[in-house]
Amino acid sequence: MTNWRILFDISKTHLLSRIKQSTVAALGVTFGIGTFIILVSFMTGLNHMLDSLVLNRTPHIHLYNEIKPSEKQPIEFYEQAKNSFNVIHSIKPKQSQVKIHNALPILQHLRKDERVKGVAPQVEASVFYMAGAIELNGVVNGIEVMEEVRLYNFKDYIIEGSPEALVRNNNGILLGAGIAETMSLGVGDRVQLSTVKGGVFPLKIVGIFQSGIADLDNILSYVNLTTAQRLRGEGKSFITDLNVKLWDLNHAIPMAKNIRQQFNLSAVDINQANAQFDTGTTIRNLITYAVSITLLIVAGFGIYNILNMMIYEKMNDIAILKATGFSGKDVQLIFISQAIIIGLVGGLLGLLLGYSVSVLISHVPFNTDALPTIETYPVNFDPRFYGIGIVFAMISTFLAGYLPAKRAKQIDPVEIIRSQ
Amino acid sequence: MILESKNINKYFREPVLFHVLKDISFGIDKGEFVSVMGKSGCGKSTLLYILSTMDTDYEGDLFLNGEKLTGKDKEYLAHIRNEHIGFVFQFHYLLPEFTVLENVMLPARKLGKRTPRQIKDDAMEKLTLLGIEEQANKKAFRISGGQKQRVAIARALINNPSIIMGDEPTGNLDSKNAENVFGIFKNLSVEQNLSLLIVTHDLDFAQKTDRIIEMGDGKIINGVDYQITPAPHLKPSSH
Ligand SMILES: Nc1ncnc2c1ncn2[C@@H]1O[C@H](COP(=O)(O)OP(=O)(O)OP(=O)(O)O)[C@@H](O)[C@H]1O
Ligand SMILES: [Mg+2]
Repeated sequence: MTNWRILFDISKTHLLSRIKQSTVAALGVTFGIGTFIILVSFMTGLNHMLDSLVLNRTPHIHLYNEIKPSEKQPIEFYEQAKNSFNVIHSIKPKQSQVKIHNALPILQHLRKDERVKGVAPQVEASVFYMAGAIELNGVVNGIEVMEEVRLYNFKDYIIEGSPEALVRNNNGILLGAGIAETMSLGVGDRVQLSTVKGGVFPLKIVGIFQSGIADLDNILSYVNLTTAQRLRGEGKSFITDLNVKLWDLNHAIPMAKNIRQQFNLSAVDINQANAQFDTGTTIRNLITYAVSITLLIVAGFGIYNILNMMIYEKMNDIAILKATGFSGKDVQLIFISQAIIIGLVGGLLGLLLGYSVSVLISHVPFNTDALPTIETYPVNFDPRFYGIGIVFAMISTFLAGYLPAKRAKQIDPVEIIRSQ
Repeated sequence: MILESKNINKYFREPVLFHVLKDISFGIDKGEFVSVMGKSGCGKSTLLYILSTMDTDYEGDLFLNGEKLTGKDKEYLAHIRNEHIGFVFQFHYLLPEFTVLENVMLPARKLGKRTPRQIKDDAMEKLTLLGIEEQANKKAFRISGGQKQRVAIARALINNPSIIMGDEPTGNLDSKNAENVFGIFKNLSVEQNLSLLIVTHDLDFAQKTDRIIEMGDGKIINGVDYQITPAPHLKPSSH
């Protein structure tokens, strides 16, 4: 029969009578768990931010018409050469357009699919930006502005002006930040665009756009879809890219495959496009857990030491308890419960410490050109980490307490009483 | 018969094989006050540890209230000690960081048969019986040696055991306190019909008990049966 109350009272009294050592042991756990919470919150916060940076911008499926040589060369259609070994030199792609055939019906079709959150059509055009004497090589993307805002957080990247201004103005342009800087242009100024085919189009700058990727910001600007079609001298059905966003990322691969077969288009799914970012996340998580577990092991050794010392000091108490009818198991429970109390108190303080420092970090300003939407360090306050933290604390202290407690269980009271 | 030992033998194997208890057989009746005497090193303490179930490494049989305890598991023996055997050591063994009252309550709280309220009242009653009720709320390390000894006796009594065993419980007390403790034991045996088995080197003390068991060289040499007067050659052994 186990009378928990009395065992708990005894272990509490032992801990309180050695308050210094108990505190040191508990602080070891606090430090371990606190560090774990801080590290994991900060690391996953960063991961999240980097991931969403990519996810926000990357279409789940990107459809376009890739210019590449035909897989079946004409010779293969020739019956008499069928069984011979054909060598063909200098294969070139056949003359074709980069536009997507039947783009508008495909757009309609995809928008009706219930897995699809939205589809943003784009028209890409190569241009020269001209202002005064400067001429810059670049690209403009014609977009359906509000659809980009809805699907790809487009608004976050406009550092001056607004997307609505572009919608209102068919001769407007959202100029890349790099271009604006090089050409000393600002909102309200005019820029001339000359196209490959030779036309010159004066456009009004309604906003400045910064993606955070300098290579893009130095060449890319955005205009309305119709403006881009005009730049290319094409009609309303001319669309070069369709960017599909799904409700559920996991449908991307099968859907992309389906589209490739159904429409004979190139369809790149997000996993193909960003195979590397998963690896980065995994490694950051690995480091976080490795560091935390190391700290907890150190804390565990501290608890192990202190309990061992405590048992050495409490030999007499153990002998008395056993002589007056406490079983070995009772004595073991007393010392295990001491370890658990240390773990619980230290662990809870650790959660508090971790939370406080995380809050502090989340208020530290963090400004970088690469991430225009971020103002403070990103911290992830996922309650699951706090659950993991306290479970960690309990397990490690239990393990640290187990061996000393087992030793206490096996102490022979007669030996102790004799040695007096 | 409260306690009965049948042909108990014990050996120490370290450092050399040593036959410390040889064929010990005797019994104690209910309400009997028995003392054990013998030269230093003859095996009195060793015997007491076996009788109190703390030492299980022996040959022979041990009975308490007719129940054979030899061969029972440690968990069960701990329970028997808790409920039926009160043990008083030569050195006042208390938990120093607990109060006097808590020390006395400890075995009763372990047994868990009474409410905390009752246990507290009973503990106060035992302390009053031993005349140390004013010390109840002091920490155990703050009271004097004689007081500690009486607290230990109160603790041995708290679960109203079948038998009290003591290993020189008056060994560290002055004659007045020793007298006092003897009086308490005598009262318990007479008024509450409690059995007592007390190892002592004090002949005066022993002579006032119901029976003296005299040990020598690991054997009982006198006093297996009822015997009021001790053998004339018995003298207090030097210690
Ligand atoms: N753990 C042990 N290992 C070996 N021999 C032991 C051990 N414990 C006791 N002895 C020996 O057993 C004998 C009996 O010891 P015990 O303590 O029972 O004597 P005692 O009669 O109580 O003596 P005292 O009156 O001095 O207390 C002694 O000779 C002692 O040296
Ligand atoms: Mg002895």
